[in-house]
This record gives sequence, structure tokens and C-alpha cells, in this order.
Amino acid sequence: MKPMKPYPFYFVIAALALYVTFFIIPSLAGIAYSFTDWSSYSEEVSFVGLDNFRTILSPDESYLSFIGNTLVFTFWTIILKTAFGLGLALLLNRGVRSFVNGYRVLIYLPAILPTLVVALIFRSILNPATGLLNSLLRSVGLDGLALSWLTDPAIALYAVIGVDSWKGIGYIMVILLAGLQTIPRDYYEAAEIDGAGAWAKFRYITLPMLAPALMIVTVLNVLYGLRIFDIVYALTNGGPGYATEVLSTEIFKAFSKGQFGLGTAISSILFLILVVTGYLVIRVMERQPDRQ
Amino acid sequence: MFRALRAPLAHIAAFIASLVMILPVYLITINALKSSPEASSMSVEWPSELHFENFLIAIEKGKLVTSFLNSLLYASTATVIATLVSAMAAFVMSRHRTRFNRFLYLFLIMGIALPVNFFTLTTMMQVTHLINTKIGIIILYAALQVPFSVFLIYGFIETIPRELDEAATIDGCRPLQLFFLVVLPLLKPVLVTAGILNFLNIWNDFMMPLYYLNSSANWPMTLSVYNFFGQYQSSWNLVSADILLTIIPVIVIYLLGQRFIIAGMTSGSVKG
Repeated sequence: MKPMKPYPFYFVIAALALYVTFFIIPSLAGIAYSFTDWSSYSEEVSFVGLDNFRTILSPDESYLSFIGNTLVFTFWTIILKTAFGLGLALLLNRGVRSFVNGYRVLIYLPAILPTLVVALIFRSILNPATGLLNSLLRSVGLDGLALSWLTDPAIALYAVIGVDSWKGIGYIMVILLAGLQTIPRDYYEAAEIDGAGAWAKFRYITLPMLAPALMIVTVLNVLYGLRIFDIVYALTNGGPGYATEVLSTEIFKAFSKGQFGLGTAISSILFLILVVTGYLVIRVMERQPDRQ
Repeated sequence: MFRALRAPLAHIAAFIASLVMILPVYLITINALKSSPEASSMSVEWPSELHFENFLIAIEKGKLVTSFLNSLLYASTATVIATLVSAMAAFVMSRHRTRFNRFLYLFLIMGIALPVNFFTLTTMMQVTHLINTKIGIIILYAALQVPFSVFLIYGFIETIPRELDEAATIDGCRPLQLFFLVVLPLLKPVLVTAGILNFLNIWNDFMMPLYYLNSSANWPMTLSVYNFFGQYQSSWNLVSADILLTIIPVIVIYLLGQRFIIAGMTSGSVKG
């Protein structure tokens, strides 16, 4: 008797069915619906060509500024999280020799908290009159820096960026720390014998060896930043005015207002940006096992 | 001189960073025990009197028992479904490397990057009669966790020797027996990691219930905390108590499973 095939296709079906039903079909249908005037007011859905995209890209509307806010958010959170995450990873890798795991557990803590909860806590901390941040600034005489963090249109987006970076630093630190720990000690010892200083060692050993991890961190942050929703929704809900409105909060507003065609068009733009980025992610992740 | 100072300075820096990171949790904890006027500024001072009754008031007024059970139900069942179907799919795709399976794997993990289209997903939820139902949100959560779970488990399966499959098959194991009796027990470490990450993601999620659960009887903790905050914004002691009750399970799971969480977070990004 021939032994039966131990890897039948039906093992894949459940996962595939869930994924196709709730991810792929809605995404593809979404692209089709973004060329319609689909709304909650009327039963009829008719083809309107590129109208939704014209509205979104029109300079008379504010949608371009939402795309801009999303990109500003993504850019600055990447810079802040990577800079602080790398600094802390270096600190825990070589600086401190004891209690490393303890520090790591504490610094990573915000990353596992629900984003909604973090936003609510920071609404209290950033309160201009009674909040902890401004009380602290006033107590050290920096009254001029005690700003209306979440209600001043000029700085609200940066306050949101700050809160999100605070939450995400630990995650980035953990990935970079794991990357640092794969760099063999001998490289540094050899460099020291050759008379390399701290900067030379960082520049010519640490940075190149850490490049794959930095790449991953950047891609993950891009994917995260472009989709950002909870932290903005719960901190400012896009306000004051449209100062912190990003693509996902605007999508939710279109959803609440019943503007389904327009909302799907915004979703489709986001979808296309992320498919391209997603393709890059897969390419990068796929390269990992070969690199030994 | 600098070398002697280096270790203490590093400790001071790491200590300050840790303090900044845990400060908000500390704030929530102490303010949950204060009276309403004392908590109004959410200060770092220790409460003058301990008000443990805040928790009871928050539980009663926020209907937290229902929400807690909902969160527990959604997170645990969706985690089990997602982890199991992903493990089965990952096993076959990893072992049987045809061109088609390779494509299927990339197609599935592409979901890590894709955004959800909430408009057409609504239609899909309506067509399948899953909208505003507990079973609907569970299936939706399971589907959303599939891509990352497949990615995580796929990488681990390569470490399990193929000879085991062959031996089991020769001994007359059918595919389901082979998977559940031989392979699944060996996948335990990665299943724990995937399970913890899925559970936390679902427990912490706020967006799906916001879109797809109208009835407050079906709300999970996150949505009911948000709603509670809307009603009791002036009573930060109660809001803090409510928040603390939401994050205690998260923190407990984190402290118990942090090795697994960090293993999952770093896998794929930095394989040595």
C-alpha cells in the first residue's frame, strides 16, 4: 500500500477562507465601489467614474491635508521611535550590566497597553490647566513651555506624535536590542586592538550589522503610521478643526456620515499605498533566513 | 575616570527611562484610590485616604462584569481559532513546498500589511448575518489574526525534523493524527507566543467593536471604558479605576509571558 500524503490541502482551507472572506473580497470590492456614489441614503448605487478621487485630490477640499497629516505623523514617529529606541537598546546592550531584563520589561510596558487607555491617560497628563506635564513645567519655572498641547492647532499633531512615540519606543528598542545581541563581541575586540574609538566602532560595526533590523523597524513603523487610528481618535478625534485628522479617522467619519463611496475611495488609496509597502515588507522578511 | 562613571551613569539613564515609561500606570493606580476632588488633577501625590469603593462603583456603573466577560470570550475563542487554523495552514505550506503553496503563503502574510476596508466589510458582515453579533466579532477577530500567526508559526515549523512526519506516516498516522498528536505538541513554544500576542491584540482592540458592535450588551472592555470616560469625565478616580481594571489582565499576562512576547516580537525581524 502506498503511504498517504501527509500534507493535505484541506489543512489550509480554514485559514484561507477566513482571510479571503474578511480581507481580500472586501478590499477588492472596495476598489470597485470607490468608483460609485454608494451611500447610506439611497438604495441605488451608480457608477460615477473618478469623481470620488477628484474630490479627495481637489485643493478646495481638506482631504489632501489629511494625507499630509498622516505622512507627517508617520515620518516623525519613525524618527523619534528609532532614535530613542536605538539609544535605549545601546544602553541596555553595553551600558548597564545588571538588571537588564528588568529595565527591558519596564520600558516595553507601554507597548502592550491598549492604545485607547494610553490616549485617555494622556488626555489628563496633557490637560493645559491641571495636567501633570504642565504642572511639572511650571514647578521648574518653564511656564512658557506649558502649552495647550491638544487644543492648539499648531502643536496638537506633534503632541499626538509625542504620545504615540512614547508608547512605541519600547517595541522598537526590543527589536533593535535583539539585533545588537547578534553582533559577535570579537568584532569589537578586534577593532579595539586596531585602536578604534567608540564612534568608529558604532559607525563601522554596529550600524552596518544592525542595518537589517533598522530596515524592519522602519517598514513596521511605516505600516503602523499610515494606518494610525486609535491614538488620534481617542486623543483629539482629528481636532481641533482638522489639525490632527488622518486618513483612518476621516474614513471613520465618512462611515458615520454614510458617505460609503467616498470613504471606500479613501480606503482604496490607503490600500494601494500599503500594498506597495507590504510587498517591500515581504521581500525584506523573505531575505532573512538566507542571511546566516 | 570616565570608565569608572560609565556603569552608574548608564543605570541612572535606564532608571529615568523606566520611570517615564511606567509613570502613567502609576498615575492610574494611585488616582483610582483617591476621592473625586483629589483625583481631579491626576497628580502624583499619594492619596490622603484610600477609596477602594471606586472599583465597585466603576464596575456597577460601567457594567464592567458584562464587558469583562465579553472581552474574555472574544479574546480567548478568537485566539484559539486563529492560532489553530494558522498552525494547520502553516504546517502544510511549510512542509509541502510547491510553487502554489509558496504563493499561498505570501498571499496570506500580505495581510500583515493590508488595511481593512470597513465599508465593504460591513456589507460582508451583513450578508453573512454576523454584524452586531458576538459570534460575528469572534470570527472577524480570528480572520484578522491569521496573517501574523501564519507568519510566526511557519518560521518555527522549519525547526521540527521532517523525519518525524515520515516515521509517523509509516506507522499509519493519518494527516490529522500526525498533526494533532505528533506536530502540535512540538509547536508548543510558538503556539504560546502566537496565542499571547493574539489575545493581547484582541483584548486591546478598540476599532472593530466601534464599527461592528452597536449594542452595549456586546461591548468589550475598551469600548465600555471609552463610553464610561464620556459619561464620567469629571470623576478621574472612577475613570482611573475603570482603566486599571481593563489593564490589569494585560499587565498580568505581560509579566507572566514577557519572554514569549519578546520572542514573538523579534522573530522574523532578527534571526541570527
